[in-house]
Amino acid sequence: MTPLPVSIAAAVASFLLLVVVFELIRSRRLRERYALLWLLTGSVLLALSVWRGGLNTIAGWFGVETYPPAILGAVGALFILLVLLHYSTVISRLSDQNTILAQRLALLEQQQREGLTGPSR
Amino acid sequence: MAELAEVSAPPASEVLAQLGELRRIAIVPALNEEASVGRVIGEIRAFDPGFDIVVVDDGSTDRTAGIAADRGAHVLRLPFNLGIGGAVQTGYRFAFEHGYDLAVQVDGDGQHDPAQLPAILAPVLSGEADLCVGSRFAEATGYQSSFARRVGIRVFAFVVSAVVRQRVTDTTSGFRAVNRKGIALFAADYPHDYPEVEATVMSVKHKLRLREVPVVMRERAGGASSITALRSIYYMTKVLLAIFVGLFRRYAVPLEEEHRR
Repeated sequence: MTPLPVSIAAAVASFLLLVVVFELIRSRRLRERYALLWLLTGSVLLALSVWRGGLNTIAGWFGVETYPPAILGAVGALFILLVLLHYSTVISRLSDQNTILAQRLALLEQQQREGLTGPSR
Repeated sequence: MAELAEVSAPPASEVLAQLGELRRIAIVPALNEEASVGRVIGEIRAFDPGFDIVVVDDGSTDRTAGIAADRGAHVLRLPFNLGIGGAVQTGYRFAFEHGYDLAVQVDGDGQHDPAQLPAILAPVLSGEADLCVGSRFAEATGYQSSFARRVGIRVFAFVVSAVVRQRVTDTTSGFRAVNRKGIALFAADYPHDYPEVEATVMSVKHKLRLREVPVVMRERAGGASSITALRSIYYMTKVLLAIFVGLFRRYAVPLEEEHRR
């Protein structure tokens, strides 16, 4: 069984994560779109820390007999990987869009300098 | 059902007379709607040639922008797809910057019938509402939608009605009319995905007066709906989260004078 202090600390930490994410959304520093995965992370970790029997059972499935909270760490790490992967896709999209914006800007500036005629066709 | 909407709508001539000298604009968001955007522009003109029309092309890969420009609409071409919220807000920015008094939103896919504009314009023109939304109350109004979308509409209607303490039946309708106050608000702040739901809540929180009127919507004339079942669930979660968090926000009431230049 998970030592009680570990469960309490984990529950407090995941609850704090939820509160911080909520406040970031409320103050408009984090968009809902990018907050969903964080909220899922916080909720799952909170559930696993509070539901100690469940954590034990899950640890059993994976043959972790000695120290069930290891599962908490594993689940946490898995979610962090998911968040990072998600951000990688977001950054890729942003950088594509950034390229398009820069190109559009260059074309517009050229148009403004040389008038609408541009090079002869 | 068509008769119901026609009976409750004021005569077009009366609305047209009230429009008078108001500077008015129709915002038409369009994504790959080459099949329908030309007709929509024509129908808006047929209702009232006094409407300026701005088509916001949300990164189409077809001839949407070209057709709209040929029909004499102002065309804002977004360099890439921003999603419906970003596209619509671009239209409101345009309306705000150019000092329009009144704006209507009409989808470029042809599902909104410009002949029904009098219904959504009347409450705004009479000063009863700052924002008026056309609602397809029932399903049997010539508008077929997928099961997931119907469930979504119901859930949103319930939640939004509770939050704004006013009966709202169709929160996902993008057929709407707003006055200068609404234009100023939406130009400054507009939500992203499924934006109509949040925009409705936001308007009421900003002390804008909301009215819903029944309209009949048509089948989409062209293009393909951008919403699939799985995405619906994702969006629903996201929008419900946004509404929930929104309950804990404080809203400033927009002062039109401050915004005017």
